[in-house]
Parts: sequence; C-alpha cells; structure tokens
Amino acid sequence: MRHRRYPFIIGFLVVPVLLYAALVIWPYLQTFGYSLTDWNGQSQQMHFVGLDNYTKLAHDEVFLGALGHNLLLLAVLPVATVLLALFFAFMLNVGGRGGTARVQGVRGAGGYKVLFFLPQVLSVAILAVLWEAVYRPDGGGLFNGVLLKLGLESPGHPVEWLADPDLVLWCILGVLVWAGTGFYLVLFSAAMQSVPRDVYESALLDGAGRPQTFFRITLPLLWDTVQTAWVYLAIAAMDVFALVSTMTVGASYGGGPDHRSEIVATYLMRNFLFFGKAGYACAMGVVIFFFTLVLSVVALRVTRRERIEY
Amino acid sequence: MAARRERTGPLNVFSHGFLLLWAVLIVLPLLWVVLGSFKNDAEIDGSAWSWPSHWGFAAFGRAWSKGGIGGFFLNTVIVLAGSLTLTMLLGAMAAYVLARYEFPGNRVVYYFFVAGAMFPVYLALVPLFFMVRRLGTISPLLGLNSYLGLILVYVAYSLPFTVFFLHAFLRTLPTAVHEAAMLDGCSHTRAFFQVMLPMARPGLVSVGIFNLLGQWNQYILPVTLMQPTSGTDANRSMLAQGLVNLALQQGYAGDPAALFAGMTIAMLPVLVVYLSFQRQVQVGLTAGTLK
Repeated sequence: MRHRRYPFIIGFLVVPVLLYAALVIWPYLQTFGYSLTDWNGQSQQMHFVGLDNYTKLAHDEVFLGALGHNLLLLAVLPVATVLLALFFAFMLNVGGRGGTARVQGVRGAGGYKVLFFLPQVLSVAILAVLWEAVYRPDGGGLFNGVLLKLGLESPGHPVEWLADPDLVLWCILGVLVWAGTGFYLVLFSAAMQSVPRDVYESALLDGAGRPQTFFRITLPLLWDTVQTAWVYLAIAAMDVFALVSTMTVGASYGGGPDHRSEIVATYLMRNFLFFGKAGYACAMGVVIFFFTLVLSVVALRVTRRERIEY
Repeated sequence: MAARRERTGPLNVFSHGFLLLWAVLIVLPLLWVVLGSFKNDAEIDGSAWSWPSHWGFAAFGRAWSKGGIGGFFLNTVIVLAGSLTLTMLLGAMAAYVLARYEFPGNRVVYYFFVAGAMFPVYLALVPLFFMVRRLGTISPLLGLNSYLGLILVYVAYSLPFTVFFLHAFLRTLPTAVHEAAMLDGCSHTRAFFQVMLPMARPGLVSVGIFNLLGQWNQYILPVTLMQPTSGTDANRSMLAQGLVNLALQQGYAGDPAALFAGMTIAMLPVLVVYLSFQRQVQVGLTAGTLK
C-alpha cells in the first residue's frame, strides 16, 4: 500500500499549488511591494518611494470620502440585513403558532424561502442593470412610476435617485439589502430549525409572547449564526464595486455625483486603469486588506459570547 | 375555541402580511423587466405602468444579435465550463491528498491554501493584471482577453474555498472501501477517481454549485482582464460585463426594449437552474458560508 506514494502525492499537488501560488499568493505579496513605489504600470521604471503613497492617501480627500462611504455601508448594511432576515426567519419558522401550545412555521414557508432567496442567484451585474432601470430618473422608472401614480411627486420634478448626491448611497444600500436578505433568512431558518421545538413550547406554556420568545430564546441560540452573517455582510459591504461602478454617474467606474458614492474599490480601479497610477492603486489595495482584516477580528471579538449547548 | 380563533387569526395575518409584502418587492422588479422586453420605446419611456401593446419577440432578437448577448453568452459558457471542471478536479485532488495522506509539510500546504480565502481580491488586482499580460507574451492563448487566461484565474481564486470545504468533507468518508480497493491492487490514482470521488458526490455537488454561482457572479476579474486590447481584438466579454456595457451604450437613449430583453435572457438560465435545484442551491450556498 505504500508503494509509489510520494510520486502520487506530488503529482496531485503540483498543478493546484503552482497555479494558486502564481495567480493568488504572488500577486497578493507583490501588491505590498508595488505600494511602496511610484510605478505607473506602463513602463518598467519604478522608484522606491517608501510610505509616500500612504501619506498621500491620508491627504487625498476623494480617498477619505470613499473610505467614509465604505464605513457607512459597513455600519448600516449588516444591521439592516440581519434585522430583516431575522424578522422574516422568525415569521417563517415560529410565526404560525396555533392555539394549542404548538410552534410551527406559517403555511407556505418553503415557497417564501424559494422566492426570497431568488436575488441571490442573479449575477450582481444583472442586479445593477435591473436596478438602474428601476431608479430611472423619469416616469419610465419603476419607483418614479409608482410615486407618480400615487400622486406623491409632480411629473415635472421626478426624483433623480442615482444622480441625487444625498440619495445615491442609500439607493445602492437598498439594492444590497434587497438582494441579501433572502440568503441570510435561509441561513437563520436553518439555524432556527435546529433549535428543539420543546424549548419554544415550554416557553409558550409559561406564557411567553412572541417578542419574548424571540429575544429570550431565538436570538441567544442563534448568536453563532448571526456572528457569521455579520462577518460575511461586513465583507460584502467592502465589495460593492460592481453596483457602484455601473449604477452611479461619473467618468470611469462611477462614484458620482461629485464623488458622493465613491468607494475605495472604484477609486482604486480609476487610479489603476484610467490615471495609470499602479503604485498608488496598490496602496489602496493594501488599505482594503488591513481594513478587512481588522474588521473580521473585531467582529469576531465583539460578538463572541458563551456558546449555549442544547 | 374562542381563545383559539383569537390567537391564530391576527398572528397569521401579521406574519403573512409582511411576508407577502417582501415577496411582492422581490418579484415585482423582475416581472417588470420581463414585461419591458415586450414594450416599444414609447411605452417604456412614457410610464412604468404602461402595458405592452403587442407580444412579439423582436427585442429578444435585437438583444441576441445586435446587442451581442448571444456572443457574451457563448463566452460565459466556454469560460464557466472550463473553470468549473478544472476547479473541481484540481480542488478535489489537492483536498484529497491533504485530507487523507500523511506527509511532511501537509499542514503547511493546507494553511497555504486556506489563507487565500481571507484576502479581498482587490489586494491582488494590479499585479494580477500584469501577471496575465505577461502570460500573454508567452502565448496569446493565456493572456489578457483570452478564455484560458480567465479560466486559470477563476480556478486559482476558487481553490481556497474548494480545498477547505472538500478537505473537511473527504475526512469524514469511511476508509474501509478505499483500503479494500488498495488491497485488490488498485493504484492511488485509480482509487481516487473510481472509489473516493463517487463517494464524495454530495460534497462535490455542494461545492460545485457554490463555485458555479460564485464564478457566474464574478464581475471585477473579467472587467479587469477581459478587455479588447485593440479595435480588431475579439470581444470576449462575459455575459454580466456585456450586459452592463449594453446598458451604458443604450441606456434610455438607444433601444431600451432590447436592454430589457437582454436582462431577461441573462436571468433566464439561472432562474431555470435555481428553480429546478433550489434545495441544493440553498444548502450549497449556506453550507459554503457557515464553513
């Protein structure tokens, strides 16, 4: 059984390891190096400039604004999505309680889940084009169409959703919540179903109402899953490039109007492929990396609770 | 009985009310897009609530040929077929060796793979672009705007999760069957393909769906790597990328009906796959997240 073991092991590992090292690990490492240079990406010439790029970033108002927008998304997206998903999951799994002390989901829970999960399988570019049409700044857009129909806005002055500096970021956020809630609902549903029924039923017999059941039983028992969801949503909030770059106005990778929807990723791409500032763009990549790293660590620390066994 | 009615009624109305509202919010925009592909320009521009005057498929034809959706579709199918097959094959091979064979350096290689899942792709973007461009000087088949180049990049970025998930899964499989095969004179390679892979099917399906949707969803990688470098270069845009370009070009000035039709065409295959395999999709994706 031991014959030809090492040739086999090496034979199976060599291609995946090489491919992965060349296209993933090596570029990751190179970014750190390039971020310390003034490389423009086209010529072979580059000079070591130390931390210059980072100092420049610290004074770059567009970049700081973009970072702020990332932070805003980071603060709002997980809260909104987790709350909505928890609410719906609770409705689906515990909402349809009968008069007897039985806890059950509402009728048609499976159908709701299929439907709510649906946006998750549409590619993010489809979402972008779809929502661009929904947010259209005239009566042909779905939102303005509804508002006009209800008489809530005058035909002469429709809301320019994506071109309004105060609304644009919230419009993007709305798409993210719309698309993500179903996924986390399914995630929470699976966790809720593993909570033994009798825990709920004894609480019911003791006279607990729905809010009490939710806050005293469901939430504590689901804490692990909520924590996972939180980390994933935080990462998703850092990764809204596709939506912002396609839906918002602004030359080369969106971010407008007036940088009001700029995020670090769009600014990175513009600096790299449009302004030809490869080194500067790499420095932004490094900032995103540290941001994500700190975020994951903080999220895992803050949400750590004693695990409840059941 | 009175108490019972009192309790069941309002609670269910309350639950169903919110659930139905969200269901409408999900379905309405999608139906609206499908409907839009049957309208004419005046109907689309006039009001969101206009109804198509006639039901024809002209806009679909325009989107498919003139809008280039047909070509983008083909590009996507070629790349995904290649990348998914290679991801599963290479991922399973690496995970198998790491999960079931003891050798010096095993843990190092394993953590080497897992570490990659932690980093955002933006960190690699700039060097990756130049790496692929350099590959293109070796052979144009591998460079920017080439199918194989993008396939290899997709595979490389899918490996961390694939190895991580299959590693855990392959460890749980029983050793007896494998040992029996080896005693019968089966080679390590044959044991992998004929014994272990068939046994690992449920795990492979979950990871496969996860990777399929992940690669289908990819946007930043093709946008960075699949740009025609000259006017004569073939347009190898992925469907997602092509659709966005179509939206940018046509917007509401050009041919909005064709754009709606293009969206419908792009949504259709995933909807069919999703509705036929919705259980596996939900399980596959959520298993992928929970780790």
